[in-house]
Amino acid sequence: MEALTTITTTHYLILSAILFSLGVLGVLMRRSAIIAFLSIELMLNAVNLSFVALARDLVSLDGQVVVFFVMTVAAAEVAVGLALIVAFYRSLGTTDIDEAHELYG
Amino acid sequence: MDFFTSGFPILTVLIFLPLVGAIITAILPDDMAESSALAFTVLTALLSLFVIFGFDPTRADFQFVERYNWIDAISRQGESLFKVEYLLGLDGISLWLIPLTTLLMVLSVWFSSDSVTERKKEYYAFMLLLETGMLGVFVALDLFLFFIFWEIVLIPMYFLIGIWGGSNRIYATMKFVLYTMAGSALMLAAIMGLGMVNLVSPSGTGQIAFAFDKLLPVMQGLPQLAPTLATLPANAAMWFFLAFALAFAIKVPLFPFHTWLPDAHVQAPTAGSVILAGILLKMGTYGYLRFALPFFPEPARDFAPLFALLAIIGILYGAWVAYAQKDIKSLVAYSSVSHLGFVMLGIFALNAQGLSGGILQMINHGISTGALFLLVGMIYERRHTRDIDAFGGLWKIMPIYAAFFLITMLASVGLPGLNGFVGEFLALLGAFAANPWWALFGTLGVVLAATYMLRLFNKMFFGPVDRDENRGLLDLTRKEVALLVPLVILMVLIGFAPNLFLDPMQPSVNALVEIVNGNAPSIGMLP
Amino acid sequence: MIDLIWLIPLLPLLGVVINTFFGRFLSGKASAWLATLLVGIAAALTLVTIFQVRGLGEEFGGETVTLYRWMTAGDFSVTLSFLVDQLSLLMTMVITGVGFLIHMYSIGYMAHDPGIRRYFIYLNLFVFAMLMLVLGDNYLLMFLGWEGVGLCSYLLISFWFSDTVNADAGKKAFIVNRIGDFAVLLGIFLTWTTFGSLAYADIFGSIEAVSAGVLGLITFLFFVGCTGKSAQIPLYVWLPDAMAGPTPVSALIHAATMVTAGVYLLVRSAPMLDEAILISNFLTRDLVAWIGVLTALFAATIALTQTDIKRVLAYSTVSQLGYMFLGVGTGAYIAAIFHLFTHAFFKALLFLGSGSVMHGMEHGHHAISHGQPAEADDHATDEHGHADSFDVQDMRNMGGLWQKMPATAWTFLIGGLALAGFPLTSGFFSKDEILTLTQHGGYNLLYVIGIVTAFMTAFYTFRQFFMVFWGKPRTEAAAHAHESPSVMTVPLMILAAFALLAGLIFGLPLEDGVFHHWLEPLLYGLGHHEGEGYHLPIMASLAISSIVAIAGIALAYLRYGRRPAETVGEATAKGGLLHALSYNKWYVDEIYHALIVRPYELLAAFSARFFDRFVIDGAVNGVAKLLSVGGGGLGRLQSGFVRSYALGIVSGLFIIGFVMFLTIPNELRNYFSQLGTPAILTFVVGLGLLALILWTTLRPRKTVEAAADPITHTS
Repeated sequence: MEALTTITTTHYLILSAILFSLGVLGVLMRRSAIIAFLSIELMLNAVNLSFVALARDLVSLDGQVVVFFVMTVAAAEVAVGLALIVAFYRSLGTTDIDEAHELYG
Repeated sequence: MDFFTSGFPILTVLIFLPLVGAIITAILPDDMAESSALAFTVLTALLSLFVIFGFDPTRADFQFVERYNWIDAISRQGESLFKVEYLLGLDGISLWLIPLTTLLMVLSVWFSSDSVTERKKEYYAFMLLLETGMLGVFVALDLFLFFIFWEIVLIPMYFLIGIWGGSNRIYATMKFVLYTMAGSALMLAAIMGLGMVNLVSPSGTGQIAFAFDKLLPVMQGLPQLAPTLATLPANAAMWFFLAFALAFAIKVPLFPFHTWLPDAHVQAPTAGSVILAGILLKMGTYGYLRFALPFFPEPARDFAPLFALLAIIGILYGAWVAYAQKDIKSLVAYSSVSHLGFVMLGIFALNAQGLSGGILQMINHGISTGALFLLVGMIYERRHTRDIDAFGGLWKIMPIYAAFFLITMLASVGLPGLNGFVGEFLALLGAFAANPWWALFGTLGVVLAATYMLRLFNKMFFGPVDRDENRGLLDLTRKEVALLVPLVILMVLIGFAPNLFLDPMQPSVNALVEIVNGNAPSIGMLP
Repeated sequence: MIDLIWLIPLLPLLGVVINTFFGRFLSGKASAWLATLLVGIAAALTLVTIFQVRGLGEEFGGETVTLYRWMTAGDFSVTLSFLVDQLSLLMTMVITGVGFLIHMYSIGYMAHDPGIRRYFIYLNLFVFAMLMLVLGDNYLLMFLGWEGVGLCSYLLISFWFSDTVNADAGKKAFIVNRIGDFAVLLGIFLTWTTFGSLAYADIFGSIEAVSAGVLGLITFLFFVGCTGKSAQIPLYVWLPDAMAGPTPVSALIHAATMVTAGVYLLVRSAPMLDEAILISNFLTRDLVAWIGVLTALFAATIALTQTDIKRVLAYSTVSQLGYMFLGVGTGAYIAAIFHLFTHAFFKALLFLGSGSVMHGMEHGHHAISHGQPAEADDHATDEHGHADSFDVQDMRNMGGLWQKMPATAWTFLIGGLALAGFPLTSGFFSKDEILTLTQHGGYNLLYVIGIVTAFMTAFYTFRQFFMVFWGKPRTEAAAHAHESPSVMTVPLMILAAFALLAGLIFGLPLEDGVFHHWLEPLLYGLGHHEGEGYHLPIMASLAISSIVAIAGIALAYLRYGRRPAETVGEATAKGGLLHALSYNKWYVDEIYHALIVRPYELLAAFSARFFDRFVIDGAVNGVAKLLSVGGGGLGRLQSGFVRSYALGIVSGLFIIGFVMFLTIPNELRNYFSQLGTPAILTFVVGLGLLALILWTTLRPRKTVEAAADPITHTS
C-alpha cells in the first residue's frame, strides 16, 4: 500500500487512462452531439495529462510542447465542432447523432 | 502496298475503326444500326487483308510497329519514373488472329441481323466495342495497354450476355465477369510487379515501364537477379509466371477453371457464343505465347508438366463431359474445353511443332467452333430449342444444313484433309517429342472427340423423323449459306494447304522456341 | 504418265466436286454415270501406267511425284507427294478396277433410290481417299487416306440413315476405327521422332541405325491400327455390323479395298517389320501371324451358323483378312498381297452376288405382297425387312434360287469355289501359298490352325450356297424371285472370270508367276525365311489344301445339299451350347458393351451431372458464396451510425495497442515494466471497458435497424 502514499507518475497515468476511457465511453454511449463533443475534449485532456506526466518523468520538454499544440488544436476544434453541431441542429432539429446516418453504406 | 507498310498506322486504324463504328452506330437511329455495324466490320475485315498481304513472312520480329509515349508520370530530375507507352506490333504469332477476329465479327454481326430484334443500337455498339478490345489485345505490346484492352473486352461481353442472353443470363454473365476479373486482378498485380522490377533491376531502364522490349531482357535475367535484390523473393519469376498463368488459364479455360464457359455459352446469344469461343478464349492462349512464355522461360519449363497435365485432363474430361450433354450448345462448349486442351498441350510442348500446332489450332478452333455455333444458332432460330433429343432425321428435311454440319463436325473431330487435323496433329507431335506419355493420353482425346460428335450428329440427323415440329423445317437460306461458306472454304484450305498459314508464323515460332529454351532473345527488338 | 499420277486420285475427286456443286443440274442417272466414267478413266490410266512401268523393267525402283509442301513446322516437314511403285500401282489397279465394276453395278442397284447422287458422291470420295492411302509417299498422307476411307465407310454404312440401326452401325465403325487410328497416330509420332521424317524412302533408308525394339513398338502401333481398319481381333466387331450399308458398298469397301488397307500398310512397312522385335525374341511379325490366324479361326466359327446372307460373307471376310495377316506375319508378303488381290475379286463377286439375290428376293416379295413388281426405291425399309417382318437377307427364307437366277447362281458358285479354295481357282493358289510358306517358315501350329480354318471356310461357304440356291423355294418371295438386270450381272461375270482365272493367269508357275515377278523388285530380300524342321513338299501341301477344301464342300453337301430343308422352320438349326455361342458371335459385342461402352457412358454421366456441377463448379460457387456471405457480414458494420464507427476506431486502437505491447522493443518494455503492476492494471481496466462498450452498443441493434429504415424514419 506504499504506492498510495506517494503520488508517482503511475498514478498520473492511471488517472489519464481513466479519464480517457470515460471520454471514450461518453462518445460511444451518449447520443447527444454536445455530450459526445465534450467527451472528445475529455479524451484530449486525458492525453495531455499523460504527456505532462511523462514529460516530467523523462525530464524532457517535448511532451509539454505537444500539450500546447493539443490545446491550440482543441480550441480550433471547439470552434469548428460547435459550428457543425449548430448546423446539424438547424437541419435536423435535434442533436442526436444517431439521426445522422445518411452515409449508410 | 508500300503505303500500308511504311508509316501508315494501320494497326491503330484497325483497332479504332470499330470504336468509331460503335460511336456512329450509337448515334444513328435504331433501324440503321445493322447496316452501320456491318459496314464497319466489313471495312475492318478488308483492312485486315492489307495486314496479311503487307506482312513479311520471313521476319521474326514485330512488324507494323507504332510507338508513342502515352503516360509519363512521377518525374524525378526531369526523368519520368512511370512510363506507359502506346506500343503496337504484329508478329507471326498474332498475325492470323487478326483476320480471324475480323472475319468472325463480320459473320456474327451479319447473323445477328435476323436474330436480334431488341435494343439493336446498343447491341451493335457493344459488338463493335468488343472488336476494338479483342484486336487491341492481339496487337498491344505494352503490358499496361494490353491489360486495358483485356479488360475492355469484358464490358461489352458482360452486356451482350446479360441483356440479349437466355433465361439464366444474369448468373452466367456475372460468373463470366467475376471469374475473369479474379484472374485479371492477379495479372494486374503481376504487371505492376514487373514494372517495379524494371525500376530496380540494374539491367532495366530505371523506370516503372511496361513495354515488351524493355521488360523482355530484364525478365529473362530475373531468376538470376531476384536473389540479389532484397525487395524481391528469390523465386519471384515463378510467382510472376503463376500470376499470369492463372489469369490466362481462366480465360482459356484450362481445367479446372472451365465451369464459367458452358454457362456463358449456353446463355449467350449466338453471335456472342461465336465470338466467345472463336476469339475470346484465344486471348488466354495468346497471353501465354506473348507474355508468360518469353518473359519467364525458366518457370515455364519447370511448370510445363503441370500445365500439360491440366491440358490433358481438359482434353479427356471435356470430351467425356461433352458426351453426356443434352443441350447442343453446352456440348459444343465442352468440346471447346477439349480443343483448347490440345492448344495448351501444344504450347507447353515448348517446341516448334507443338507451338505451331497450338497456334494453328487456335485459328482452327475459331473457325470450326465458330461455324458450329452459327449452325446451332440457325437451328435454334427455327425450333427454339437446343435439346439434342428434340431432333432426329434432320438430314431428310434439311440436307444442305446437314452437309454443312457434317463438314464442320468432321473438322472439329480432326479428320485429315480438314483444318482440325493439322493443328491437332502438330500439337500432339510436339507433345510426343516433349514427352511421349503426354501424346499418348492427348491422342485419346481424338478418339473421344469422335464419340461425342458422332453421337450428336447421329441423333440430330440420322434416324427417323419422329417429331412433327421437325417436319416443316426450312433448309438454309442463301444468306445462311453465305455465312458458312467462307468458314468451310477455310477448313478445306487449311486442311490441304496448311503451309499458307504455317509458313508466316515459323520465324516467330522458332524465335520463341529459342527464348523458351534459354537462349538469348532474338525477338522483341523494336525500332 | 508416271509424272501425271496425281490425275488418278484427282478424277474421282473431280466427280465429288461436280456432283456436289453441280449435281442438281444433272439427273440422278447422269450423276451416277459421270461418277462411274471418271473411275473408269482412272482405271484405264492406271493400266497404262502399269504397262509403262513394266516397260521400264525390273530396275524400276519407284518414283516420287511431289506436288507441294503440305505441312512444315520447325524441322518437321511433309510433302504432298505420290509414290509410284509396283505395290502402289497394284493396289491402285485393284481399287480403280474393282471400284469401276462396283460403280457400274451400283447404277443398276441404286437406280431407284432417291439418294443416288449422294451415294455416288460418297463412293467417289471413297475411291479418292483410298487412292491417297495407297499412293501417298509418306505415312501422313497414308493416314489422310486411312481416315478418309473411314469417313466414307461411316457415311455409306449409315447411308439409309432413317433406320437407327444403320446409323448406329456407321457410328460404331467410325469409333472402333478411331481407336485403331489412335495407335497409328502414335506410331507416326514415334516414327518421326525416331527417323526425323515420315517419307517411306527416308525411313527405309535408315533402318539400320534404329534399335529393333523401337521398330517393334512402331510396327506394333501400326498393327493395332490395322486390327481396326482390317477388322482383326480385338477390333473386328464393326465389320459385321457394317453390312447395314448398301450391298455394293459392302463389296467395295468392306471386302475388296478398305479393309485390306491394313495389309497394305504392313507390307509397305515391310523393311521395318522385318527387323522389328516386340519383346525379347518375340517379333512383331509373330504377333501379327498369331492374331491373323486366330482371327481367321474365330471368325470362321461364327460364320458356320449365321443365317444372314451378308453376315456369313462379312465373317468370311474377317477370316480371309486373318489369312492375309498370317501371310504378313510369316513373312510371306507377296503371298499376302496375292491373297488380297484374289480376295478382292471373289469376295466382291460374292457380295455383289448376294446383293443380286436380295434384289431378286425383294422383287419376289413385292410381287406377292403388292401383286406387281415393285420399284426398289425404298431399300431402307426393305433390305432389312423392318417395314414388315420379312427379311430378304435371311437364308432360311431362300432356297431353290438356282432356277430363278441362273447367272447369279453360276457366278456365286464360282466365287464360292474360290473362297473355299477349290483347286485351280484363284483363292486356292493364294491361300495355299500362304499356308505352305507358313509351314516352311517353321510355324507348324499356325499351319494346322490355318488348315482347320480352311476346312471350315469350305464348309460354311457351301452351306450358304446350298441354303440359298439348292432345293425348293422355302417362301413365296423366293418362289417369285427373278434374275437381276444385266447392268448388275455383267460385272458379276467379269468378276467371276477373274475369280476363276486370276490364279491360273497370274499365279503360275507357283511363286514364280507374273504376280510375283511384278512385286519381286520391291520386296526382294524381305520377309520369308526358311524355318527349322520338316518342310512339306509343295505338291503335298497343294494336295492337303485341295483335300481339305473338297472335304468341306462335301460335308456341306451332305448336311445341306443332299436333302435341303423344305420349310423355314426346318432350316432353322437347333443346336447345343456351341451352336448358341457361335450363333451369338461368342457374345463379344455384349462383353465390349459391358466392359467399355457402358462404363464410359457412366463416367460421362457422372462427370457431367455430378462432378462438374457439384465438385468443380461447387468449389467455384462455394468461393463466391463465401465472399458474398463475408461481404454481407462486413457490410453490416457500415451502418451509418457515427457511434458504431467510433466503436470500430476504439476497438482497433485497443487491438493495435495490445499488439504493440507484445512486440515493443526491449528498452521500452523495460520502461513499462518499471512502471509495474499499475500499467498492467490500466490495461486490464481498458479491456473491461471495451467489453462494456461492445455490450452496450451491440444491445440496441433493433432500434438501430429500425432507424435505418427510411420509411419508419420519416414517419
